Parts: sequence; structure tokens; C-alpha cells
Amino acid sequence: MTAQEVADILKQRFPVAVADAAVEGPHPCVAVTPEAWHEVAVFLRDDPRLAMNMLRCISGVDRHPEPQIDVVYELIAMRAPGGAARQEPRPPASAELWQNGGTIAIRVRLPRDNPRVRSVADVWPAADWLERETFDLLGVTFDGHPDPRRILCPDDWIGHPLRKDYEFPKEYQGIPAAAAPESDSSRVTK
Amino acid sequence: MEENTLSSQPAAPGAIRTEEMLVNMGPQHPSTHGVLRLMLRTDGELVLETIPHIGYLHRCAEKIGENVTPVQFVPICDRLDYLAGMNNDHGYSLAVEKLCGLEVPERGHYIRVIMCELNRIASHLVSFGCYGMDIGAFTPFLYAFREREYILDLFEATCGARLTYNYLTIGGASLDLPEGFVDRLAWFLDYFEPKIDEYNNLLSYNYIFVKRTANVGVISVADAIAYGLTGPCLRGSGVKWDLRRCAPYEIYDRFEFDIPVGMPGGSNGIPPEVVVGDSWSRYYVRMLEMKQSVRILRQCLQQMPAGEFRAKVPRTLKLPAGEVYLEVEGVRGQLGFLVVGENKPIPRRVKIRGPSFCNLSIVPHVCRQVLLADVPAIVGSIDVVMGEVDR
Repeated sequence: MTAQEVADILKQRFPVAVADAAVEGPHPCVAVTPEAWHEVAVFLRDDPRLAMNMLRCISGVDRHPEPQIDVVYELIAMRAPGGAARQEPRPPASAELWQNGGTIAIRVRLPRDNPRVRSVADVWPAADWLERETFDLLGVTFDGHPDPRRILCPDDWIGHPLRKDYEFPKEYQGIPAAAAPESDSSRVTK
Repeated sequence: MEENTLSSQPAAPGAIRTEEMLVNMGPQHPSTHGVLRLMLRTDGELVLETIPHIGYLHRCAEKIGENVTPVQFVPICDRLDYLAGMNNDHGYSLAVEKLCGLEVPERGHYIRVIMCELNRIASHLVSFGCYGMDIGAFTPFLYAFREREYILDLFEATCGARLTYNYLTIGGASLDLPEGFVDRLAWFLDYFEPKIDEYNNLLSYNYIFVKRTANVGVISVADAIAYGLTGPCLRGSGVKWDLRRCAPYEIYDRFEFDIPVGMPGGSNGIPPEVVVGDSWSRYYVRMLEMKQSVRILRQCLQQMPAGEFRAKVPRTLKLPAGEVYLEVEGVRGQLGFLVVGENKPIPRRVKIRGPSFCNLSIVPHVCRQVLLADVPAIVGSIDVVMGEVDR
């Protein structure tokens, strides 16, 4: 299934929530409003035509100085041989190759000053750690997450390092930090 | 007298009082393969709950990626999954090339596949050796590192480095293969292939090893997909899914190879205790994958043309506005890179999807109601590299 077909199905089912679909280019992406995202996620997983059963990646992209943070979800449909859309708990090991049933990326645009979106950890358990990482590094709050803690930085870390306006700490727990990195442009080879 | 009663009769209910205890495993522990810390809530020998704590190796590689050019970021990629540096460089280079529309010359493609598959063997050898050691078999470790040494020597002859290569880069490879490389590689393949059967006899079918790993930490197909498991962990559960086949990239569609998956015990020489999706299956998929990598390498040597090995890359490579997400079949699973460009030499965002990160996230789900001694067997079979988990 092509990204265009996935986008058409989504647009038909959620005419309001699907803001726009940029399916041209190397990264086909459908933008969904934050309020509707959880409902769209359940549909993406459960609709037999789509059956996006694996959440591969969640990336947060800070659009600073625009007041916006994007959360991008990468999905893929893995089709069992024989066409079963959802797998039985433990089918016998099959000698046949699974099929790639199509990929799509979903973009949720959030305001930079208070980025909040409903967690999809109940839809795809893989989202549990991926959302914790996005919270840790970009400060996006996932409502309804089962374990909303930092994951890579220490629990008492201040700030979210992947924000574009993040200020490097001068010290941590009394340990002085190394000299602050130079500005972005000076590090690029001319 | 009292001893007799203890051994012959079960204790009366309530006579023995047990208490839950928190056991801290790691971050410095030989079985955690790096700096992974597991908090185990135990009741006697039984582990009730496992909570992984990660981040001890966090260097925020993604922030570095936003501050340097793609060519400068390749050496950082080496340090993600430090057992498979070639595969990381390859994944990032492919993503940047897709964004910029660069074409790699024919020979460059073959050099890349050779390096990636060699690194896959080297990494699986470490996994095989260390997993034996987790279980208590020390000898296989020495054999594994002996063979790996030949591969590292080949890498050293090619690019001067043994672990962090910075060899596969944007546009192809940074150097051509050295003189005599093809002959040395052909010799190694002939030498190495029969050794795999030897190791299977030494460790894979060993009675104690099978007892420790078969039917331990079984992951169902549904769980494996839901938790985003990829690579040998997914295939160990019986899912025949490999990006080299299911979404071909590079030139993998030119090669013939099989995709090994976990098979039920009792046939094909697999011990009868084995269940699809258990620790033994995940381990055994890696052993079989080494054979397939040898097959791919042989075909590479036959087909490889002479010529250019690197595309003409502008000295200041501008990343066009737009984004790209690309996954390759790394050693531990699907390694993904999201690169967002904005008409500047440095990207706005580099997101790395480390396969070990997602593979490790299933540990709390699997390490529940298992014996304490099974925890290293399960974590070892997932084969995590913390450099990639923490990034």
C-alpha cells in the first residue's frame, strides 16, 4: 500500500483531524491534530486495510524560532504470510517471508510553550520508552503515559537538551562543566 | 532428625517466612554487557519485577548531530553501536545521500556491503562468545575473539582502525580497498565457514547450554511486534522479516541469501526443548546469520567491479530543506535515521532509532516471574549494546 492510499483512507475517515498530507518526497507524512491523535492511532492499528502494527520511531523536532515542536511517528505494517492482519499470539514458525504492507509517518504539531499530546503507549507498547525519551530530551508531555519519567538524563537534570534554546549547565551536582561549546556556525568547516 | 523433616516434607504453610528483596544488578556487572542497571524485585529465587535504568552512557549524540556537518558526524555514528561501527556509518550515510540525492558509484556499493556483512559477523561473534560466558561457558569466548581478530585485521588494513572506522562515509567509502584485500577475505571465508558448525557443536547443542536457554524468556510474535523488536530478536520469534529483503536498500536485491528464523525444537537438529521465541532461538538465529553473511560476501567478491569508490561530494554539502527517515538492517535490528535539513550545511535534527533501545524495552515484560539465574540468560540473548541504547 502506498503512502498516498494510506493518506486517502485517513482523510476519508477523519476529514477534520487530518490537517494535510505531504505524501510527495522522500518522507511521506500525514499531519494530525493533537486532540485526535489517539483516536487516529487506534484506527491505524486496527483498521484491516492499514494494520500498522509496528511503531518504529518517535522523533521530536524543535522548530525554534517558530513556536512549534513536531512529534513524528514512524509506522510500518508487517503482514504475516497468508494475509492475517493481526497475528495470533503464537503461530508456528513460518518458512515464508513476511510482507511490507506499507509505511507512513504521522506528524503532530504542538505549541512550543506547552507541548502536550495523548500517549499512545496503550496502542503500541513500543511508545512507552520512545515517549519517555521525547519527554526527556525535548520536554513534550505525554498525557496518560504509564511511567512519565526521564529515561536518559538523570532524574534531577534541569532542562531538555534537544531544545534549540537549551542552555548548557555550568555545573551538575557541584561538578563544574567543561567550557561551553562554541556557537554552531564556528564549528562548521568552511 | 530435623534435617529429615525438611527434605522429605513440605513446610507447613506459614512456617517459613519469606520477604521481598530489591536486588541491584549493574551498572557494572559482567552480564549486563556495558552499563545497564536492572532493579530486580525478588522473592527468594523468583524475580517478580525488573526495572531497567539506562542512560549511563548518554552523550546526546543527536545534539552533536545538530552541530556538525554530516561528514563530521560519521565518526560519532561509529560510537553508537561500537561493535558494528560500519553498519552505523552506512545507515547515516544512506539517509544523508537520500536527502541530498547523491549517487554512489558501483564499486562503492560493493565495498559497503562487504564491510557491513563483515562487521555483522564480527559483532555476532562477540555476541556468541559473551553469551556463552553469561551462561558459564568460558571457552567459546576465546574462539570467538580469535576469529574476530581476522576481521579486525582486515578492517585495520583497510582504514587503519579496529573499532571506530569512519570508513563508510557520505558518497561511498573514504578509501579504496587495500591491495590483497580480496584474497585475504576469500581466505578468511574459506577458513571461517566450517568453524560455525564447530561452534554449534561446542556451544549451541551443549546440554547445559540448552537447559539454561531453551524455553527461557519466550517472546510471542504479537509481543515482539508490539514492542518494536527487530533483527535477530524478532526473527527468533519466528517472524521472517529482514529489511534487506522486505524493503531492499543498497544492492541487497542482487544477492541470494536466506533469512533464518526461530524454529520449533525436535527437527533440523534443533534440541527438542526449544520453543520458538525463547533465548536459544534468538541466539541460534545469529549463528545461522553468520553463514548467510558468508554467502553474501562470496557473491560480493564475484560481482565487485573496478572503478570509483566514492561519489564527488561537494566540500560544503548543503542539506536541502526537507526530511528523510531511513532504516537499514543493522546487526541488532533496524537502525533508523531521521535527518531534517534546512538549506544549511548542518542539519536541524538528527534522530537515531537504535534497535537495542527498542529491543531492551521488552525486558520488564519478559523478566517477570522468572528465576534470578534466567535474567542474564534473557538479557544476554537480546544482545544489547549500551552505546546505542543511551546514544
